Amino acid sequence: MSDAVVLKLARRPAGYEFTARLEASGLALRPLAIETLQVNITKLCNQVCRHCHVDASPARREMMSAERIDKCIEILARHPDIANLDITGGAPELHPEFRRFVEGAVGLGKHVMVRHNLTVQLDPHPMTGASQEYLPEFFAHNRVEVISSLPYHQEYFTDAQRGGGVFAKSIEALKRLNAAGYGRDGSGLALNLVYNPVGPYLPAAQAGLEADYKRELASKFGVVFNRLFTITNMPINRFRLHLEKSGLSEAYMEKLVSAFNPAAADGVMCRSLISVSHDGRIFDCDFNQMLDLDARGKGGRALSIFDFDFEEILRRRIEFADHCYGCTAGAGSSCGGATAA
Amino acid sequence: MSNYYESEDLKKFAAIGKHAKSLADDFFRYYANATGTDGALTKREKALIALAVSHTLKCPYCIDAYTTQCLETGSNPEQMMEAVHVAAVMQAGITLVHSVQMQNHLEKLVP
Repeated sequence: MSDAVVLKLARRPAGYEFTARLEASGLALRPLAIETLQVNITKLCNQVCRHCHVDASPARREMMSAERIDKCIEILARHPDIANLDITGGAPELHPEFRRFVEGAVGLGKHVMVRHNLTVQLDPHPMTGASQEYLPEFFAHNRVEVISSLPYHQEYFTDAQRGGGVFAKSIEALKRLNAAGYGRDGSGLALNLVYNPVGPYLPAAQAGLEADYKRELASKFGVVFNRLFTITNMPINRFRLHLEKSGLSEAYMEKLVSAFNPAAADGVMCRSLISVSHDGRIFDCDFNQMLDLDARGKGGRALSIFDFDFEEILRRRIEFADHCYGCTAGAGSSCGGATAA
Repeated sequence: MSNYYESEDLKKFAAIGKHAKSLADDFFRYYANATGTDGALTKREKALIALAVSHTLKCPYCIDAYTTQCLETGSNPEQMMEAVHVAAVMQAGITLVHSVQMQNHLEKLVP
């Protein structure tokens, strides 16, 4: 086993028997569809967030090549069943081909989602210094669904997780999105926010938190949005390192394991989504991607965009491991929020 | 020398059912129904009450457990600290209101 693989294994939990837990619950989770192609086009980010499972930062340089972006567009064109493109990173807007990728998918009639961290509108590009202030108008013109992390409707939690000054910049960025029509009734421009806990605890109920966010952001800042997605922190990479430094790793895993919810497990996102890395490999989700747990097809071969076979991918066996408890705890967790009522 | 109030001991709470199990079962059922469900009060409101009581009765296990429970039911540190202040002023008020008894007795002694 290579040193790199050993390092990755150390960055995720083990010994909690997730697959056995699924079996004991009578769950045989197979893929149901490939509705969404989620593509991580860069690990470069203007922020360094404490919980980031990608370990993204201004120092990262991984970028999907123009040829691989072309390949993704070709796959979208060939497969009408894949209705959604979900572009993530890092901060995907920092990729030089970002606009072309969005426009290419929109031109095919796909629903495009962008995981937009808000502050990237206002921070200069970490490599070129270029401004991204064009983004609200660009998003609106292409009718992109904007999905943005805002760990809380107050500064304290937000800056604790995402860095000093992030809350104030995020509010300014939200106001600019609102000015472009995002989150406004009747505009059809969806602005959805993401809550995730600042520490090793589970998210509160999504509906109640959404009501709090709407009331507080509207009354204090005049900001509006559509929906709030609650997401559980995944015990891998940077967040796992934080847990271990705090001596809370075991307690957090015990919390996730004890909160295992079969109904949430039934709705895990890997049953209807596939994740593509900057180098063109295919994974069951962005978390597996960060742990190098390749999705595997016939004969155990690692799947990639270069020999994309829709039926083979649909018939694959999902690669589960103990970090998957992060998606099945409590009300469940996915890129679209809670998966169980 | 061993210490009291080891945080790991909270996990042993269920073990109180080792003896007089039916009473423990009754308690845990009552506990879950009273604190773990939305009723006329939400779980969030119940967690804030429990946090305040935890401070009043100075239970380290409960303070840890209900700090987490408050966060997991959507409270923020400002709300949690206000709940603790309510507990604190109740204790202060309870002390001070007893001074009425002192004054009543003073008036008897020093008419």
